[in-house]
This record gives sequence, C-alpha cells and structure tokens, in this order.
Amino acid sequence: MIRFDSVTKQYPTQTRPALDDLTLEIEKGEFVFLVGASGSGKSTFLRLMLREERPTRGAVFVLGKDLNRLSNWKVPALRREMGTVFQDFRLLPNKTVFENVAFALEVIGKPRHTIAQVVPEVLELVGLAGKEGRRPDELSGGEQQRVAIARAFVNRPKLLIADEPTGNLDPSTSVGIMKLLDRINRTGTTVVMATHDAAIVDQMRKRVVELEGGHLVRDQSRGVYGYSR
Amino acid sequence: MRAQFVLSEVAIGLRRNLGMTIAVVITVAVSLAMFGAGLLTRAQVNEMKDFWYDKVEVSVFLCGPDSDEPSCAGGKVTDEQRTQIEADLRALPQVEEVFYESQQEAYERFKEQFKDTAIAQNVTPDSLPESFRVKLADPTQYDIVAGAFQGRPGVELVQDQRKLLETFFRALNAGQVAALVVAAAMIVVALLLISNTIRVAAFTRRRETGIMRLVGASNFYVQLPFVLESVLAALVGALIAGAALIVVKVTLIDQILAPSFPFTNFIGWNSVWVTIALVLLAAVLISSLASFVTLRRYLRV
Repeated sequence: MIRFDSVTKQYPTQTRPALDDLTLEIEKGEFVFLVGASGSGKSTFLRLMLREERPTRGAVFVLGKDLNRLSNWKVPALRREMGTVFQDFRLLPNKTVFENVAFALEVIGKPRHTIAQVVPEVLELVGLAGKEGRRPDELSGGEQQRVAIARAFVNRPKLLIADEPTGNLDPSTSVGIMKLLDRINRTGTTVVMATHDAAIVDQMRKRVVELEGGHLVRDQSRGVYGYSR
Repeated sequence: MRAQFVLSEVAIGLRRNLGMTIAVVITVAVSLAMFGAGLLTRAQVNEMKDFWYDKVEVSVFLCGPDSDEPSCAGGKVTDEQRTQIEADLRALPQVEEVFYESQQEAYERFKEQFKDTAIAQNVTPDSLPESFRVKLADPTQYDIVAGAFQGRPGVELVQDQRKLLETFFRALNAGQVAALVVAAAMIVVALLLISNTIRVAAFTRRRETGIMRLVGASNFYVQLPFVLESVLAALVGALIAGAALIVVKVTLIDQILAPSFPFTNFIGWNSVWVTIALVLLAAVLISSLASFVTLRRYLRV
C-alpha cells in the first residue's frame, strides 16, 4: 500500500534533513497513527505520500506506484484514490455543505446524477443528514470536520490521510471524529493519521509510528502515544 | 467535463475581480482598436494603389517648337520621329496601350481641368506639348520605358505619374506604421495586465485551487476557468474595438471622407469585417498566451 524505502528529504533552506533514511511499510487496511513532536517529520511524511514533495533520496511507493517515476500529469489520478483531511478543515466558506462535498466530484468531472446520488449518501455516513444546506460558518468545529471527511471520502478512496484532524476540536468532539475515521477504516480504507492527541492514540490502540528528528524511533502495533509523558 | 460548473466558476471569478476585469477589457479594446486602425489604413492604401495605379500612365512628351531639352535641338518633333516613337512604344512588351494626345486635345483637357481659373484663359494649344500616353501592363516597369525613350531626339520628357502618388502613399504608410507601433506597445501592456490579473485571481482563489489539486482535479480543470476568464475579458475588449472600427467606417469614411473625395475609392465593408475577425483572433491569442505563461508559473500542481 505504502512503502518508504530509505527515504531522505532535505529541504534546500534547512541544514538538517526533515526525514533521514526512513524505511517503513504500511499494509492495506491498516490504521496508523503518526506521532512525534513538531518538526519530527510528520508533515513531510504526509506530503511525500501526496507527492506534494519528492524525496531527495530513496523511493516512495503509494498504491502500487513509484512516485519518483510517476509523471506529473498522472498525479491527479493518484490523488483521486486518496482522501485528505486537515486540522483547519479547508472548506469553502461561500458554499453549502452539499456544495462543498459536491465540489470534489465536480472538479474531477463526475456527472451530475452521480453527484446527486453519492453526496447525500456520504453526508448520511458522516452524520450530517439534514444539514446539506448549511454553510461552514453555521456549523460547529466537529461538524465542519465531518464535512471535510465527507469530501475526502466521497470518492471512496483506498487511502485516507489525516493531518491532525482533531487538533482544533475539544476532546468529546474528537471522540466522535475518531469513531467516524474508525468506521471508514473498517470499510477497507487505509488510514494514516498524524496527531498530537495522546488521549486518542491511547484509547484507539492502533499501530503507532513515532518520528523524532526525521528518524523512525518506534513502530508498535496496538501502541500508545508515548512512555515519556 | 462539466460545462455548467466551469462556466459558473468563471462567472464568479469575473465578478469577484471586477475592477481588474474592466481594466483588461479597456486595455485590450484600445490596443486592438489601434491594431485594427493600422490594418484598415493599410487596406486603404492598397485600395487607393489599385485604383490609382490602374489610372496612372507614363507620359512621353514630344518636343514643341520652344523646348529647351538637348534632345529637342532639332526643334519641333517631325512626323517621321513621331511615327517611329509610336511604333517603338507599341513594340515594347511591357506596354499595354498607347494613346496619342495632340496639342489640341491637351488644350481641351487642360481647359476642362482648370476651368473657372485664370490660367485657362492664357493658355493656347501651341503652348502645350503633344504626348503619348502609355499604359503599362505592370506599372513598376516604368524604368524600362523611361530608359528607352528619355533623351531620344523628338522626346522632351518621360514622366511617371506614379512618382507623384508615391509621396502621398508614403505619408499614409507612415501613419499606418505609427498606429501599429502604438498598438504593439499597448498589446504588451495588455499582456502584462492580463498576466497580473491572473496572478491576483490565482491568489484570491488559492483555497479553491488547493482543494482542487488535493482531490485530484487535472491541471486542465484547475486552469481552465482562469484561461476562460481572460479570454472572455479580452473578447469583450475586442468587440468594443470592432465596434469602434465600424464607427470609423460609418462616420469618418462613409460620411466625411467619401463625399469630400468622390474620385477616390475607399475601403469597403469587406475589409472592415476581415479586420474585425483579425482583431478577435488577436484577442484570443493574446489572452491565451498570457494566461498560459502565467498559469505555468503560478498554478503548478
């Protein structure tokens, strides 16, 4: 599903590499927490998977494709098989909930009758049935994140990448979001989630990958956030 | 391809960036109006060249009794010389037609041209030279005729009427060049303005384009609204320029110039339509070129 093969990422303006000779494999259907302090390389890891960056050395394989060899014009096709969720939701403020989710399908050229069918389905799945006509600023943070998850999942991706999805949410709302991500994972979608939220990691008991200074320092199945806290 | 969705994005984009859009429309309109004016001037020059060159002739003036030219040392042209000159003229392959104009005929034409003026009263048939009016198959071949007959006994002067028109056409050409230079400068301005407008639009819509890239929209889909917006704005500008050209044709040419110069041909509607088509084409080329280059720099996937 995902394989990092001795990957080093060196940003031109920094002296220390963001990732240093990282090797890691994630299987299909796994739920993986990516933990580590700020600057440990989590974001770079996610950006390499999305092919927003290319590794300085080493190879990144995602969904069976060698991203080093993937030509630019094939990147959109790759991203259609991945969903992405961010801490700041990244919704369009002037569009309704329905339109925000539909946008993801419209821009990849899906026909209107498909959109009319799948958008209500996915909104139902994330628990936003009945709120299709609301705008993002009329929703709570948790609801906004559900819209973002609906948008990421509406195309039924094989891989869902979540970058601190609960970072802006209070603990009880976060639990709801995690339940939703767990449900998505159970449909067979691989989930990779970067997080700082120790309570959630401890509670979920999923695989935990910890980065520190660009190195892999821990890889535990059914792990917890960390011992040192 | 969702045409309706793309078009609604284009409409939103144009409205959100209205000031810049208007600036683009005006700049394109002015630059292309200048461009069109240059083209029309050229069409006018060509039209007049066709009209006049068809009428101009090479005149071979024959010696009169009082001519000062060395070739007229023998006095008035003899009948023999006249017959020989005419035969030689007709023998030249470049010559299409030859008319003989006697002193009497020259006098009558003169009186007609200068009637109601004092000169006409003082001129007698004797004071005007007789001549051959030569029509050339190709008016640019004047030098051959001149070389063959200038300085020949009995010939006072070979004159190419075309030379008189050249000066006038040179002035018109200079006007055309000036219009095209201004147009070129304005088109550069339009290119930069369109490019800058797209930069601003790409920045204001970075949230949308970011999401589009994230969910796997193709480059084409992300960039199409920006390209369409600039092409649309440029086309509106081009239509304004086209309208200006139509106004020029209707007022300046048809209502002012044509009545004042009844003996001159002016450009017809055909030239105007062709020019407007070129102006529209130029608008599409300019705007798509500018957006293509800009988007490559500012909207990379």
